[in-house]
Amino acid sequence: MSLRAWLAARWRARRIPLAWLLLTRQPVRLAVALAGISFAGILMFMQLGFRDGLFDASVTIHRLFDADLVLISPRSTSSVSMAGFPRRRLVQVMASPEVEGITPVHWNLLLWRNPQTRATRSILALGFEPGDPLFTDPTLAPKARLLSQKGRVLFDQQSRPEFGPVAEWFQQGRTVESEIAGKRVRVAGLVGLGTSFGADGNLLTSSETFLELLPNTPPGSIEVGLVRLKPGSDAAAVAKRLQAQLPSDVTVLTKEGFIAFEQNYWRTSTSIGFIFSLGAAMGFVVGCVIVYQVLYSDVSDHLPEYATLMAMGYRLTSLLGVVAREGLLLAAFGYLPAYAAGQGLYWLVRSATQLPVAMDTTRAFTVLTMILVMCMASAALAMRRLADADPAEIF
Amino acid sequence: MPPASTPHAIALEGLNHWYGKGDTRRQVLQGIDLQVAPGEVVLLTGPSGCGKTTLLTLVGALRQVQEGSVQVLGCELAGANQRQRQQLRRSIGMIFQGHNLLRCLTAEQNVQMGADLLPGMGYRARRDQAREWLRAVGLGAELHKLPHDLSGGQKQRVAIARALAAHPRLLLADEPTAALDSRTGREVVELLQRLAQEQGCAVLMVTHDPRILDIADRLLRMEDGRLKRLTPSDGTTAVQ
Repeated sequence: MSLRAWLAARWRARRIPLAWLLLTRQPVRLAVALAGISFAGILMFMQLGFRDGLFDASVTIHRLFDADLVLISPRSTSSVSMAGFPRRRLVQVMASPEVEGITPVHWNLLLWRNPQTRATRSILALGFEPGDPLFTDPTLAPKARLLSQKGRVLFDQQSRPEFGPVAEWFQQGRTVESEIAGKRVRVAGLVGLGTSFGADGNLLTSSETFLELLPNTPPGSIEVGLVRLKPGSDAAAVAKRLQAQLPSDVTVLTKEGFIAFEQNYWRTSTSIGFIFSLGAAMGFVVGCVIVYQVLYSDVSDHLPEYATLMAMGYRLTSLLGVVAREGLLLAAFGYLPAYAAGQGLYWLVRSATQLPVAMDTTRAFTVLTMILVMCMASAALAMRRLADADPAEIF
Repeated sequence: MPPASTPHAIALEGLNHWYGKGDTRRQVLQGIDLQVAPGEVVLLTGPSGCGKTTLLTLVGALRQVQEGSVQVLGCELAGANQRQRQQLRRSIGMIFQGHNLLRCLTAEQNVQMGADLLPGMGYRARRDQAREWLRAVGLGAELHKLPHDLSGGQKQRVAIARALAAHPRLLLADEPTAALDSRTGREVVELLQRLAQEQGCAVLMVTHDPRILDIADRLLRMEDGRLKRLTPSDGTTAVQ
């Protein structure tokens, strides 16, 4: 039989949509159930969104680098505690035939003084040679030239507002000057990078200025070495070979490995992942309780009617199917508002925190699955009440 | 006696039934023998607690038979399993004291819940049939009303339509007039009798209502779990 004929036959054989009518003809109960499911869904969307957003945000900068391999010190644990390694190692890498170019990068958290309120706050500063490629973004290069003058910085306009109205003032044409580590700097331009876990704001400067701001940096020490390979090179294989060739005071990572190294720190060395997963689990449990309550009282209220249907010759399994379909419908109709509200709240979070929180397919699917499991598990529990429907008792 | 080739709608033989266990065990049915021919209308009266409803639930395949033989529409219920009883129930229409309509369904949808049990009929055909039945019970104008908006007599008529929509060959009714005033009760029972007769459907009805006894082909009285036979003209004297 063709699918179409089969569908037509199913359509012809359809029955009164009891589950649908049970739900829709009790609008208050339906509203309570949908509110509960949506709430649970929103909670899950938010918690998982925050979790993924934070993990994602921790590598905002990492993703931007124009590099195939990244050298770091084995003593570095994360972007907020980068240790130095000898710059020589990066130069040594140049000996490999696959290597096309390198960029040494200084990396540290420095205290930035808000030019308006004079309060200081920790900002992530990257120092590099203005002529070297740093980010894949091609608009950086012309701005980087402005850094060749000493004491100039490029300020990340997506930095949190606590750093002061730097971007606004700059766009208004004002000369924005501030202090970093007690030394005067001037904003030479704006870049758009984005905040992360470790850094509420970012700025770029030349190696020269960077070393002036941090005079205690050991000579010849850098925190990050970017390595660009010739097209067609196998980054993972080169990384492995370089790691074997170089002394153990340096770790060679692929760009993906560098990103994973950072995310792994936040995932395993902090309780962030656990806290947000727990939050999502709470949403799941709350949703389960609400859906179970609604379905259980729905079955209880209609017990004589279910018993009547059994007396008429309906099978218990087809009545269980009614409860299951109620669960399925609740899941579907509870998910939609949760999805919409999730989108809205993500937008709100993005604009309030600059965290890269967005709806992605995986999470949308995860929450849908959790809501489905929630509703079907609750329906399965509520079904046990149906066993109490004794058609012999209704006469 | 009907010829042997025609099976009885109901044939009970030596039916005993008990409630409770151990010391509290109480016999509610004692050696019931009863035969109801297809199309026959049998009324069952008796004081409350005499076992009428138990008898109805046993015949209606709603309860497991404990002792004796219960043959309904040619099917032996003693020792029948859940599935067999559920299958048989599709051929038995039941009308309850309360109307037991599904509150969230309209009159038409309630009746179609009965028609939906019929195999091989399309949705539209079943719906049309539900409408036919509602017209037959005089509710053609009330198709889309919820039970909530119907009067007691109307609800009981919907229940009758629902019971008949599944093409039953046996109708069981437990005091269908209990919740109705005398005039409405009379109308409902007459309707039930007429429609059942048109369908060739046997009826076993439990009732306390003395005003409707005359519709019966046969009148039975039950006392302390035993059956006695009465004539329709004489509502009190036992004619063994």
